[in-house]
Amino acid sequence: MNDQWIDVCAVGEINEEDVIRFDHGPYTYAIYRSADNEFFATAGLCTHESIHLADGLVMDHVIECPKHNGRFDYRTGKALGAPVCVNLKTYPVRVDAGRVLLAISV
Amino acid sequence: MSQDNTASTRDYRLTGPEAARAAERGLVSASWYQSPISRQRMKQLMQRRDGPALLDTAIWLLALLITGFGGYWFWGTWACVPFFLAYGVLYATASNPRWHETGHGTAFKTRWMNDALYQVASFMCMFEPHVWRWSHARHHTDTIVVGRDPEIVEPRPPSLFMMLLSLFQIPLLLKTMGGVCRHAVGKMDAQEQTFIPESEWSKVFLAARIWLVIYAVVFGAALYLHSWLPLMYIGLPILYGGWLSYLFGLTQHVGLAEDVLDHRSNCRTIYMNRVLRFLYMNMNYHLEHHMYPMVPYHALAQLHEEIRHDCPPPYANIGEAFKEIIPTLLKQRKDPSYFVRRPVGSSRPATDAHPQAEATLS
Ligand code: FES
Repeated sequence: MNDQWIDVCAVGEINEEDVIRFDHGPYTYAIYRSADNEFFATAGLCTHESIHLADGLVMDHVIECPKHNGRFDYRTGKALGAPVCVNLKTYPVRVDAGRVLLAISV
Repeated sequence: MSQDNTASTRDYRLTGPEAARAAERGLVSASWYQSPISRQRMKQLMQRRDGPALLDTAIWLLALLITGFGGYWFWGTWACVPFFLAYGVLYATASNPRWHETGHGTAFKTRWMNDALYQVASFMCMFEPHVWRWSHARHHTDTIVVGRDPEIVEPRPPSLFMMLLSLFQIPLLLKTMGGVCRHAVGKMDAQEQTFIPESEWSKVFLAARIWLVIYAVVFGAALYLHSWLPLMYIGLPILYGGWLSYLFGLTQHVGLAEDVLDHRSNCRTIYMNRVLRFLYMNMNYHLEHHMYPMVPYHALAQLHEEIRHDCPPPYANIGEAFKEIIPTLLKQRKDPSYFVRRPVGSSRPATDAHPQAEATLS
């Protein structure tokens, strides 16, 4: 399997300490910009009940799910306690010429 | 009005035929209506703070201390009665919304503060911490969906006798103590197994054992001192101070529609005075809380202002809500399909297509 870099958006399209939803083919991802201007990506749906994390709240390095407030560390995907028990998948992200790029396996 | 798609008496168990029926009808883990609000504004409303809950908690603990001390000081005379009445409401009623808000993780910004108060408040309102964390998640997923929601306060047709017992929280006390004993010996019942993942069971069992030790110490102290006094502080408050919690619980959804995917049809928002809002931690904005559970209690009034144009009119006070609830309950005794239809405008689907998440890793 090889990583393929896909263009997500311009850097400025994600606010600091925020998240956006990014759909590609049949899949959905959550793309984060931290308060210290780093970018991260995880699977887009909560592992508890498949709710879009992009509607949630980013606090420090945590994304809180909008449905039952389950929390993940979006840098590692680690589930931080009930009701989320299964970690999120994470994906490599890089910034190139002002664009946010996401690596997915093909 | 009557809901013609319901049988006259329904099976509210999570393990009965209604669970499968709810799934067939697309009511399980479904998309719910949300009043439109910009992401920018929602981000502001979702912001967490420690200050409001620190102040609220300090006032609450101080009030418990003062009323508890008054009860002790006047113990053996009639003068202790008002102190214990106030202590009981602060202990057994005000702990419930604190359990609730910290369970959502929205009371404080600092996580350990939420977790610590969650454990204390769960014990005080007799909600087993891990059981109710999971049951409440289900309540938010499938709010008042019969066969799915474990937190339907009054199944139809309502029993006036059970309601009378509930004013003294007797059903809750019996159910909780039964659950605590069962969990302390490492057993889960069939209904709990439908909403608590097996990986969490050990936490349920540990909490139950800790609770039993605490109750044993309090009982032991009462026996040793030949006095009811220790039980007046821990154990009995649920019986003499939980009545307001039950009344608050009735106002949230009772008498409204079952099996709908719009919180405007099955939740009440009621204006309340400052004292009630303090005790209830603003859960009188119940519709707002269900529609956007990420918004902390101290921002619910602002959220209400943002979406009220899209919601049914709020009730002017708790009395107005009960003017609707009591006759509805009486009618439902004869016609369980009867419910109050809230005036709700046109709905749009909450979300669009449902792409898959990439596979998740544990
Ligand atoms: S759906 Fe995300 S915490 Fe439940």
